[in-house]
Amino acid sequence: MKIAVCVSHVPDTATKIKISPDEKTIDSSGVTYIINPYDEFAVEEALKTKEKFDCEVVAISVGSGNNKETIRKALAMGVDKGVLLKDENTRDSFAVAKALAEEIKSQGCDLVFMGKQSVDYDNSIVGQLTAELLDYSCITVVVDFKIENDKIVAESEIEGGKEVVETHLPAVITTQKGLNEPRYASLKGIMAAKKKVIEEKPAAASDNLTEVLKLKKPPIKQPGRILGTDSSAVPELVKLLREEAKIL
Amino acid sequence: MANKIIGILEQREGKLKKTSFEISSVIIKLAGQLNLEAETVIIGSEIDNLNELGKYGVRKVTHFKNEELKSYSSSAYKEIISNYAKEAEAEYLVFSNSSFGKDLAPLVSVRLNAGCLIDCTNLDASSGELIATRPLYAGKALADVKLLSKVKIITIRPNVFKPLLADNAVDPEIIIKEVSNTNLKTRTIEFKKSEGKLDVAEADIIVSGGRGLKGPENFYLVENLAEALGGAVGASRAAVDAGWRPHREQVGQTGKTVSPSLYIACGISGAIQHLAGMSSSKYIVAINKDKDAPIFSIADFGIAGDVFDVLPVLTDEIKKLKS
Repeated sequence: MKIAVCVSHVPDTATKIKISPDEKTIDSSGVTYIINPYDEFAVEEALKTKEKFDCEVVAISVGSGNNKETIRKALAMGVDKGVLLKDENTRDSFAVAKALAEEIKSQGCDLVFMGKQSVDYDNSIVGQLTAELLDYSCITVVVDFKIENDKIVAESEIEGGKEVVETHLPAVITTQKGLNEPRYASLKGIMAAKKKVIEEKPAAASDNLTEVLKLKKPPIKQPGRILGTDSSAVPELVKLLREEAKIL
Repeated sequence: MANKIIGILEQREGKLKKTSFEISSVIIKLAGQLNLEAETVIIGSEIDNLNELGKYGVRKVTHFKNEELKSYSSSAYKEIISNYAKEAEAEYLVFSNSSFGKDLAPLVSVRLNAGCLIDCTNLDASSGELIATRPLYAGKALADVKLLSKVKIITIRPNVFKPLLADNAVDPEIIIKEVSNTNLKTRTIEFKKSEGKLDVAEADIIVSGGRGLKGPENFYLVENLAEALGGAVGASRAAVDAGWRPHREQVGQTGKTVSPSLYIACGISGAIQHLAGMSSSKYIVAINKDKDAPIFSIADFGIAGDVFDVLPVLTDEIKKLKS
């Protein structure tokens, strides 16, 4: 078995988003970038699986040179090596998946973990696209993962409960909060990561199938009224919900 | 003959889900604007309310039927949908952005070499070309996007596009296709129902609790209000990270992004990640002791008071109103 974990480099969730004058991208000045929070669960699950099967784990990221920071984070947690598929241009999910699929194939990885979505574009489809391009099985939004020989049984979070899904390797698993507790990188891990190799190569060419025409800020909600400071304001609130909002 | 727009409907335990009616209304509208022919597809075993589709103007539903397809199997479903879309030479496929739609739409898109727009909250085809709006960064920004591919796939956010009754109800043509040789390589073997009655992602009313509740033992106040309103219980990231509530209830950037008709935030100060995930709700009510809490900046109505004082009274008032 060989494992790939795909990581993306995203603005910290505490970031206030500003739109660039071109209205196609966000203004990245002053923005702190982090490893996509859902990808941390992917790295942790990859490492847990590595510990069980004693196999190699490679971290793959698509994007600019800055993504090396996020790959380095995965290496510090315990991933063996990194690959940066370089492309300075914005890719849509399809084009990202194409690049990942090519690399996963050439690395010969048969088990792939990645976050269920990245918290920038919120597309939540790169895992499924990558799986289908590779003709691998796919289980998404996973909160429990078990593997024995080549059989996988995973729990996928859906509305109102969890589906227990069964499949076989090769497979792509997209990870959800609740799956595990991602480990912190130890000082030793951080030092070791500096010596690990990050291979850089151009991402496989691919056309985008979608186009962003314009980014905009959501309409600003005007602050409403504070009706009171204790339960004596409840009757007025109920009246407003009934008559103005017409909800009750 | 006009090109086709196909709605991929969803059932659970033999009943069409509400999202299926949302999809129906969307495809009927787009078909009119883009001069397309609308039809629908459903996969499952016995489904008892297919006729209801006629109320929303759906004239044709193709039901792929097999006992083993009662529960979702991504490997089987993706083959059936993509084969049917190819055969029908579909131009558009429309899914709900439910767990089901999000899992299945991209698998189908690879097979059809189709671009995929996820979680659309507005669709504008008035120019003769479809421009979709979708939230990014959990709603901190919106993007107007279009598809460049010949075959086009979109998923629509639940609860945003309301099902609209057609002016004239029709009697839909139901075509049953028995399926054999299903590919069950990836399949659901069990469904574990969670305790909560309603999921935040599907609810039209959400009552959420945060750190102001002071502990998991006080969440009954939130649960009681949610029950009185017929809504779902949500939670802030702080309440989830403290282990008070399960992650599936988390609203915000690393939880669920929601757009209900009414969102009541109780003891939630309103961190930027939380606001991003719920600010597109139609009406927002905030109950928080701190009058300077950021949640009040987006709330339509607020009570700057103690949740322990306000919630029981509010719950009683709602109950009185409903009885």
